Amino acid sequence: MSGSKTYGERPNPYPGKLVIVEGIDGSGKSTQLGLLAQWLRGEGHLVTFSEWNSSSIVKATTSRGKKRQLLTPLTFSLIHATDFSDRVERDIVPALKAGAIVLADRYVYTAFARDVARGVDRQWVRSLYRFAVTPTLAVYYRVPLEVALYRILSGRPKLKWYEAGMDLKLHTDLTESYKRFQARIQQEYEGLVPEYGLSSMDATLPVEVQQRALRDLIRPHLKGITPAPLGQPLEAGEERRA
Amino acid sequence: MRRFESYGQGIPGLEPGDLSGWLIVVEGPDGVGRTTHVDRLRRHLEQLGYAVAETGFTRSDLASRGIRRAKQGNTLGTNAFNLFYATDFADRLEQQILPALRAGFVMITDRYIYSLIARAIVRGADPDWIKQVYSFALLPDAVFYLRIGAQQLVHRVLADGPFDYWESGMDVPMGEDLYDSFVTYQGRIIHELDGLAREYAFQTLDAARDKDDISEELCASVSRLLLKRSAGATA
Repeated sequence: MSGSKTYGERPNPYPGKLVIVEGIDGSGKSTQLGLLAQWLRGEGHLVTFSEWNSSSIVKATTSRGKKRQLLTPLTFSLIHATDFSDRVERDIVPALKAGAIVLADRYVYTAFARDVARGVDRQWVRSLYRFAVTPTLAVYYRVPLEVALYRILSGRPKLKWYEAGMDLKLHTDLTESYKRFQARIQQEYEGLVPEYGLSSMDATLPVEVQQRALRDLIRPHLKGITPAPLGQPLEAGEERRA
Repeated sequence: MRRFESYGQGIPGLEPGDLSGWLIVVEGPDGVGRTTHVDRLRRHLEQLGYAVAETGFTRSDLASRGIRRAKQGNTLGTNAFNLFYATDFADRLEQQILPALRAGFVMITDRYIYSLIARAIVRGADPDWIKQVYSFALLPDAVFYLRIGAQQLVHRVLADGPFDYWESGMDVPMGEDLYDSFVTYQGRIIHELDGLAREYAFQTLDAARDKDDISEELCASVSRLLLKRSAGATA
């Protein structure tokens, strides 16, 4: 069983564009992606969103596994890959075929960082995600760990078990475990930036400065994409998939 | 002594040295009579004084419900289905197979990664990819392959009732109707299993014979295998 083939070998052959953002919790990436969507729609582009855990059938299993703490590093990795695969097949690829700009809040790199932080083999997880289309643009939001932790821990009352990496038994305290787990994830992300040539963004800059930089990054990829004709409704692909 | 190994990098956090039982796999296409033979083998081994445990597809605590639901509506993408089965398998490996092996049981599994690899390949998955996905699996002590031709299989299955939608590969239709699709689909599954039988050195049993003969051969082979190591332990 050779592991020679890996993620990154399926370039996007479709007319649409895939733009993804990555980063630890509290890096501000979702805010940036939301602002980008608004701007792109204003420019007349057809925009769709794609998020983790969007496939309803798999979601029921994932929630069950999380609620009852049935997941190990291996099954955690596989159930998320299942969900992600469904999302690629039924959500991302059709939208790319239709020529949409697909915005994804987290992509395969989340799994690479999070699963490896859980002890899953690096090469195995990269091979697992071989079916994923390579994004047109991937942006990593780099933020000092303390800043991200402050943003999350000051704003949100309760951390979830797996989110805090409690399954790894890094610490008995939820918050302390979360900090250590996020540190591990961040360390993995830092390795992914050069490995996959992710564009990195300084997530400590003012929101609007980051947004301008993000728009500058995407602009070259918009050449050749024709915005929808005036008067055509754009709502069709706009709703977030439940 | 490190007796159990994985095909690839293995299960995160596993110490294979903890495992002492036996892992026996019975492989073969749908309708070949695996259930009967697994049953008989189990009783035979218990007669000899071995503790036996069993597992089979979609029997995981984690994913079996979701897979059943997904099958009802056929609402999951093909590749996602492949990975859902991998999730189910991983859960059974960690929650059923490993504990049984730690406790020194003979674990009989009604199909293993090979059928899952075959069904994924027939549904268009890249063979290298799906084998790599399953590379965390433990190498079994032995794989017994109940080998039968597609036509013979048809006769056997028809005798037991109507063709099953999934066993006929109707999610990826391969013929005009259930019969055509069954023959083509099972034929391709058998073709893949034959290839895997060579690659992974299965012990092939001719399943077109009388089932008593097959059982006898299977029970004798497994008994020999277990005796070999039990003898080593007392010597």
